[in-house]
Amino acid sequence: MTDATPFPTGTGHKMSARGVSVSYGDKQAIRDVSIDVDMDHVTAFIGPSGCGKSTFLRTLNRMNDTIASARVTGEITLDGEDIYSSAMDVVQLRARVGMVFQKPNPFPKSIYENVAYGPRIHGLAASKGALDGIVEQSLRRAGLWDEVKDRLSDSGTALSGGQQQRLCIARAIAVDPEVILMDEPCSALDPIATAKIEELIHELKGRYAIVIVTHNMQQAARVSQKTAFFHLGQLVEYGDTDNIFTAPKQERTKDYITGRYG
Amino acid sequence: MNVFALLFVVVGLGLIGWLTARARAVRFDRGGQKRLHSLPSQHGWYVAMWTVLPALLFIAVWSALSPALIKDQVLKSPAASQLSDFAFERDTILGEARDVALGRADATFDDTATALVEPMRAAIAFYGWTGTGIAILLAFAGGAFAFTRTSPTFRARTRVERGLMLILLLASLIAILTTVGIFLSLFWESMRFFAMVPPQDFLFSTHWSPQLIDPNNPGKSLGAVPLFWGTFFIGAVIAMLVAIPFGLMSAIYLTQYAAPRVRRWMKPLLEILAGVPTVVYGYFAALTVAPAVRNLAVFLGMPFASAESALAAGLVMGVMIIPFVSSLADDSIAAVPTAMRDGSLAMGATNSETISRVLLPAALPGVVAGVLLAVSRAIGETMIVVMAASGAANITLNPFESATTVTKQIVDLLTGESEFDSPKTLAAFALGLTLFVITLLLNIVALRVVKKYREAYE
Repeated sequence: MTDATPFPTGTGHKMSARGVSVSYGDKQAIRDVSIDVDMDHVTAFIGPSGCGKSTFLRTLNRMNDTIASARVTGEITLDGEDIYSSAMDVVQLRARVGMVFQKPNPFPKSIYENVAYGPRIHGLAASKGALDGIVEQSLRRAGLWDEVKDRLSDSGTALSGGQQQRLCIARAIAVDPEVILMDEPCSALDPIATAKIEELIHELKGRYAIVIVTHNMQQAARVSQKTAFFHLGQLVEYGDTDNIFTAPKQERTKDYITGRYG
Repeated sequence: MNVFALLFVVVGLGLIGWLTARARAVRFDRGGQKRLHSLPSQHGWYVAMWTVLPALLFIAVWSALSPALIKDQVLKSPAASQLSDFAFERDTILGEARDVALGRADATFDDTATALVEPMRAAIAFYGWTGTGIAILLAFAGGAFAFTRTSPTFRARTRVERGLMLILLLASLIAILTTVGIFLSLFWESMRFFAMVPPQDFLFSTHWSPQLIDPNNPGKSLGAVPLFWGTFFIGAVIAMLVAIPFGLMSAIYLTQYAAPRVRRWMKPLLEILAGVPTVVYGYFAALTVAPAVRNLAVFLGMPFASAESALAAGLVMGVMIIPFVSSLADDSIAAVPTAMRDGSLAMGATNSETISRVLLPAALPGVVAGVLLAVSRAIGETMIVVMAASGAANITLNPFESATTVTKQIVDLLTGESEFDSPKTLAAFALGLTLFVITLLLNIVALRVVKKYREAYE
């Protein structure tokens, strides 16, 4: 770390964004967003469709790199390191900042192979026994172990939607990340599966910094301690979830929370 | 009347039917109703269909039947009593008479034929005019029937839809019936072959020399195993060794790595390869690749290497197949949901790890199906092997040696002077039938694989 690093590790923030803008070609999707994500919190991004909350989430592990026209400016740090600097290896970054997608996307492989995928590509397990251990631990943490322990060789795509999503969470946990990004993880699930995922988020809190994008305000209120409200590509308000939902400072936040638009 | 003139008349009648029915429908008494069930033009189409379709069907059937009817009548005439019983000779004489009767020739060589010209002319005229009369009558009858049915409450729209469906069904049946017809004619000729040559000799014996056939034991020199081997070796081994890796790699590059701008010009360029006529590939194989391959063989220490090596034909065939494999692999890789790719990349997998561990396994059934289709194309490919492969039937694993293929032998057997009922010529049909069955099976397997793959993803 040199003195020039603007946000040294000492600030205590796991990830920090400063003045981040994203554009797709001519279209600007995110304008000047600054935010901090902490280890012991679940942070929720809320806002109407197209407000840029998912786009911003994807900048946090550089998934926007896969979109040729996307351009990111500003600075995002992980433990004080600029993740967009040339010194940052995107493979390493994504191993530290995992992601769970809107639609469950298990690979068309066995349940075991799905979870073992990350440890294998990152060489995390020295032996078959160690790999078995990682798979079991990840599935346990994802609350899926008891349901699948007898059929680990079945295809991951044969599970129910909610189980698939928990499998994807187990898959993300398996590489032992520091941050887990969740992009509307429950929007394709029924209420019971949703409740299980929310419960799981509670259990994972503290072990990982969790950022969840949701269009469901009740969900944000239930699972998060910090909430950021996005509108038209801008971060309108960021603060403690309780304050955002009971005493929003901004008029726009209040209008959205009370259902005036969105 | 000439068939084309007749068709013209029938279509003209249809047009008249369309116009009159439409004109009538426009003036329908609407009886206070704001809209009728069918538009005037739909009434028109209904009448036009009834005018044209029955007449067309009749003309088609009649054109197929009338030559036999004409021949029958001519043979009944007194002048035909002197005709030979030998079918081939009789048909030649009748053909001469027909040519003169139709004005295609001025005179006949054979006196019997001269005598037959008049009966022939009469028969042709009789059946020609009968057919024309019935066709026009049918057109009128159909049109009149349909015209009387048009009324304000008549549901012409439904009928026209049904008629269109029928036409489309007939069109698709024609392709299927043609396949069946091809199969039957191949099957028929092959049966004649297998009456002379035992199938087990043809299918399992390894000596092929159709130029030297022992009339008492034709099966001895008509063992097709070397041909099947050569076809397999050139089309399914050498060509695929070229086409699969290059086709697959170019598909991976185009779908995963190429910038949109590169993809935009590179993909069409690759597809141009598929549009090159195979005869051009044949030249390329025979004139450029084959000598180069032989030089290479000589360089490697095989002084008597063939200039018609299996390798040369196989290599060029492989290049020809590349765009085929590439475009099918491209489709099946692109069909893997982006979510899979994102899921893998988000785990910190590199691009190549994502491709080899997630995309390719998921796309594999589609790729396999593409390869099977490519194989069936390669083994049916004719022009390249005719020009570049050898006629010598060898069973060899050495790609520098000559090998021949089924298609090449079919061409050799059927060109030049030969009678049509010798084992040598008929062997071509048996070869064709075998090839047809093999490619059919390959296609069926490939389609099943594709179908299974689709079910897995939707």
